Amino acid sequence: MGEMKNTAGAAAQKTGAPAQDVIGIIPSGAAPAPDTRVTLSGWELENPVIPASGTFGFGREFAELYDINCLGTFSFKGTTRQARFGNPTPRIAECTAGMINSVGLQNPGVEHVIAHELPEMKAYFHKKVIANVSGFSVAEYAETCAMLDREEQVGLLEVNVSCPNVHNGGMSFGVSPEAAAEVTRAVKAVTTKPVYIKLSPNVTDIVPIAKACEQAGADGLSLINTLLGMRIDLRRRRPVIANRMGGFSGPAIFPVALRMVYQVYEAVSIPVIGMGGVSSAEDVLEMMLAGATAVQVGAANLVDPFACKTIVEELPRVMQRYGIQTLTEIIGGAHHG
Amino acid sequence: MKQTEYRIVENLPLARDVFRMRLAGDSSAFTAPGQFLNLRVEGCYLRRPISVCDWDREGVTIIYKVVGKGTAAMSRMGPGEALDALTGLGNGFSPEKGGAAPLLIGGGVGVPPLYRLCRELIARGAHPTAVLGFGSAADVFYCEEFEALGAQVRLATADGSAGQRGFVTDAMAGLDYTYFYACGPEAMFRAVDRIAKSSGQYSFEERMGCGFGACMGCSCRTLTGSKRICRDGPVLEREEILWEK
Repeated sequence: MGEMKNTAGAAAQKTGAPAQDVIGIIPSGAAPAPDTRVTLSGWELENPVIPASGTFGFGREFAELYDINCLGTFSFKGTTRQARFGNPTPRIAECTAGMINSVGLQNPGVEHVIAHELPEMKAYFHKKVIANVSGFSVAEYAETCAMLDREEQVGLLEVNVSCPNVHNGGMSFGVSPEAAAEVTRAVKAVTTKPVYIKLSPNVTDIVPIAKACEQAGADGLSLINTLLGMRIDLRRRRPVIANRMGGFSGPAIFPVALRMVYQVYEAVSIPVIGMGGVSSAEDVLEMMLAGATAVQVGAANLVDPFACKTIVEELPRVMQRYGIQTLTEIIGGAHHG
Repeated sequence: MKQTEYRIVENLPLARDVFRMRLAGDSSAFTAPGQFLNLRVEGCYLRRPISVCDWDREGVTIIYKVVGKGTAAMSRMGPGEALDALTGLGNGFSPEKGGAAPLLIGGGVGVPPLYRLCRELIARGAHPTAVLGFGSAADVFYCEEFEALGAQVRLATADGSAGQRGFVTDAMAGLDYTYFYACGPEAMFRAVDRIAKSSGQYSFEERMGCGFGACMGCSCRTLTGSKRICRDGPVLEREEILWEK
């Protein structure tokens, strides 16, 4: 008991808040409220729950439904140097316990994001965001990141080297350790913000790529992006998706994502943001036990727009159920003993 | 947009593979005919977007065709069962643009959203004509309902087993109208667009991920920029549509 109180107190002191603010709402005698805070490269988040890029836009549609400031933060729609319309439709196919998308990085371009999306976001989101960036050349990644580096609303850069839906885009960087390292170095050279590289699961072994990014100076890693998949329409005898293949996401991929987070955690010493099929507070805890410092939620936002809010609200209760007082203490917990 | 818990009041066959479902619950998110709801169906990962045929203070009415696993599951549901829906989705039609003699053009399961539109047009003092096209007599529904609202109805079936033989475009021959509203398959839209004599609106369909504008799964190019069918549509103005091959 005494140890738990000390932990809460120590965590509170990190932010300069008095310890009783953390435990003040708990009646005396009861256990203190679980501490859900996590820290990504010096950036403290109230909780580890982060809507994943491409499933949350710039937050506007969700802010109409609930106050999205309850989130740890969110990762905005993958942004490129130039505006992109993306792939032809159909872009969506349903699967058992999941879906395939082939949006193809539709976005308004980084200049529009800086001129419009970020200023408008201030009205409904008061925390820093994760800027998700894609590119088609090393120089393009660097240029886009350099522009976002000047934005104080950006807490960290999440560099996507793993989009499965664009020809020659991203994926080619994410499937080779050398190319992933080259992008990492180029981006690190133009920004002082933490750089997290978002990795593809569509590789023989994700570990050497993760290590290459770490050696090239990445501050952290995000994994996994979607798994390349497809569906075929029996009536038309053609792929459902116009681009034939797309990125498979949803609860079906959770075990694969968990396994990769577990493997990468053992191989690197930089923080990992875990994602892939996360749909509940229990999934968040599993991801963190596997080694994630924070957790992103993707497809779940599309079928239940309140998914992240629900996870944030349930997390303390589920932590208590499993005897977790301080969330950071369980990171990588499944690896010990 | 709202999240609403509905209770099924009625779920009955209306024509071949077509069912009408009445749902009791909050309808306040619906503000325009042609909007849709997105239903969570047990056993399906994605929701099912269905246009709304009508609504009142008690709830909403939808008409849907069984085309796959999700709609088949819906057809087996009965009164008293609960359905989780995202409601008030999409922009909907603009009844104020209709003028004195608007034309409603509906193909198959595209007919339902025109029903509420027809009601609102008549409430505005307009005299709408509804041109309704189906495959065969067994597929026909809602002709009497449109007539009961006070609309002139022209029925066409592809095989001639009910109404006149042919497509909606055949039934449009000789009609004068101030504006048109169309809902149905895209092939029908293309045929209509070749002969339409006025401005109008089309309600499009696309495979959707979320149905509320977050995933960019249903984007289309228009002359006024990229639009999300689920959020900036499903209704688009005739003048802004890019008819890609």
